[in-house]
Amino acid sequence: MTTQETATAAPTSANLPMAKALNAGLRQAMLADPKVLMMGEDIGPLGGVFRVTEGLHAEFGEKRVLDTPLAESGIIGTAIGLAMRGYRPVCEIQFDGFVFPGFDQITSQLARMRNRHEGGVTMPVVVRIPYGGHIGSIEHHQESPEAYFAHTPGLRVVSPSNPHDAFWMMQEAIASNDPVIFFEPKSRYWPKGEVDFTAAGTPLHASRVVRTGTNVTVVGHGAMVSVLLQAAELAAAEGISLEVIDLRSLSPIDYAPILESVHKTGHLVVAQEAAGFVSVGSEIAATVTERAFYSLEAPVLRVSGFDTPFPPAAVETHFLPSPDRVLEAVDRSLAY
Amino acid sequence: MPVTSNDAPVRTLTSPTVQLLTADGAFAPSESAAEFLPYFERLTEADYRKFYRDMVVVRKFDTEAANLQRQGQLALWVPSHGQEAAQVGSAYATRAQDHVFPSYREHVVGLIRGLDMVDILRMLRGVTLGGWTPEEHGNFHLYTLVLASQTLHATGYAMGMQLDGATATGNPETDQAVIVYYGDGASSQGDANEALVFAASYQTPQVFFLQNNHWAISVPVSRQSRSPLYLRAGGFGMPGVQVDGNDVLASYAVTAKAMDDARAGHGPSLIEALTYRVGAHTTADDPTKYRDPDELAYWVARDPIVRFRTYLQGLGVEQEFLDSVDEEAADHAADVRRRALEITSPDRSVIFDNVYAEPHPLVVEQKAWLDGYETSFDGSES
Repeated sequence: MTTQETATAAPTSANLPMAKALNAGLRQAMLADPKVLMMGEDIGPLGGVFRVTEGLHAEFGEKRVLDTPLAESGIIGTAIGLAMRGYRPVCEIQFDGFVFPGFDQITSQLARMRNRHEGGVTMPVVVRIPYGGHIGSIEHHQESPEAYFAHTPGLRVVSPSNPHDAFWMMQEAIASNDPVIFFEPKSRYWPKGEVDFTAAGTPLHASRVVRTGTNVTVVGHGAMVSVLLQAAELAAAEGISLEVIDLRSLSPIDYAPILESVHKTGHLVVAQEAAGFVSVGSEIAATVTERAFYSLEAPVLRVSGFDTPFPPAAVETHFLPSPDRVLEAVDRSLAY
Repeated sequence: MPVTSNDAPVRTLTSPTVQLLTADGAFAPSESAAEFLPYFERLTEADYRKFYRDMVVVRKFDTEAANLQRQGQLALWVPSHGQEAAQVGSAYATRAQDHVFPSYREHVVGLIRGLDMVDILRMLRGVTLGGWTPEEHGNFHLYTLVLASQTLHATGYAMGMQLDGATATGNPETDQAVIVYYGDGASSQGDANEALVFAASYQTPQVFFLQNNHWAISVPVSRQSRSPLYLRAGGFGMPGVQVDGNDVLASYAVTAKAMDDARAGHGPSLIEALTYRVGAHTTADDPTKYRDPDELAYWVARDPIVRFRTYLQGLGVEQEFLDSVDEEAADHAADVRRRALEITSPDRSVIFDNVYAEPHPLVVEQKAWLDGYETSFDGSES
């Protein structure tokens, strides 16, 4: 390869933080389809409060990257109208706790529009929501509201745990003809990871074994995956082998890898930052109990945020599931 | 002066309300009507006859649909009695290329845009959540039952027209605009206000047509607003005008200007049409529990159809025409009734169809399960 070729060839991979991987995914989607639009608060020249849309306004202009008025219902409601017109809007909600002014438009309108039209319209709208704790922030800035959306028929809900998935899942979500609620684990925005630009490797709605093991299956999504991997390291030092599964998709949930793992280990622990009551973890516990009852050697255990509002940041480490909290549940499971 | 059963400041049908026909059917434009007269002058007597016919046809249809509900053939009926002039006048101000986002009481707007009234009844009979394909029915979008939600969809759609370059090119034959219908109750919803913010911000080609029928089920308009609703437009940065919504000619003229302005790139505007919900909110409602009969009588005396008939008679429109319209309305209502009774229930597969564009495993599994469960009873007697 000549020097000149080296300088001009597109890189096949890069070591990027998730925020930049998402940015690259959004850019690819905008290049691929002129109907893809960005909408949200402060996403234009500023590039969003997390800079995920940085540079897109300059590259694609204000007709494709819309700084909107400060109104979440307005953002989602107008995105629905734009989707009716044939556009593919990608809406940024600034923080997890600010999605609720748009909740009615998401659940009563966006999720049902295709069904109400008997298939006559598609709603290829992506709602991006930075979510979760570990960033020491103030109220409404550290929440995990994914269960509300996973509970809503008509929506798809996904959450990447690493930069590679973020890059590809964003493009796949935008290409989906169904509305996708895209939860971005903001505590994972900054750690770097290898992004392979040549192939996604895993479909949008597939869960994936990220560490193989034999004693206990542990399942989580988003930022929790790194907690589970840390727990697996600690457990390995004590001779306990954890199999770690990254859910990636919360609606639908891909149960095949989970069931296959549980058939092997007989133990399942589900971890999440969200409150445990009526949660994604509860749903997985119920379904795995229904489908793998005879393989289970212990009840499915949940490790969750508590059933309280997200607390002041000074005590968030007591609230959020830590590797040790996961291991406490692993020990309980193995004690049966 | 309207009799009101509440402590609101009483508004009268005087300036600045745009009016062309007095309550007695005399042509006497209000001072505020001056800028709209050129739009009125576009109309011919043939247009008047269409306006009259559609108002009479939908009034009769409305009665027939209410009867169907009383006879157990519809789950619910939403009458439009009393609001025909506001709806007919505004609907005729739209062009084929425009898009119409109704609330759920704009039956005659649908009729004018080419909708079969039986399609509306299908939704109210409970066999569909929608009922028609907007693109195949004059771009008349589906009814939206969560109040004011459609105002934002309309604004987004109008933003799409701008992005497409489908408006403000200077060609009125092709330039597109959106009209969205909502009411005095819905005007309090956050979505209605956010839609006005977005519309003003992006200068969408859009008309907000607010039918103030004075009642949100049992709550008078004074609970929604202490000032006339059209004045809110100014606060959002767009023109607002109040029109006598029981005057079909004024409703037409005001909306024609607003839609022309929208198509020409002059941005959004708000029209408040003063009218009255003569009937109940729906067939589940009982307005005698909360409404003063004198107020009702005041408005019945200002009936939009009677007013316009008086005007037409003054123009010399022959009785044969008026009689033929009554006949046409009766035929239409009878035809709708006959076909409404023939509406069949859909297959249970509609529970699962079109929830997603691409298969969702949970829905696929549940559909298969229900099929297996229901068919397990087939032949169980044999």
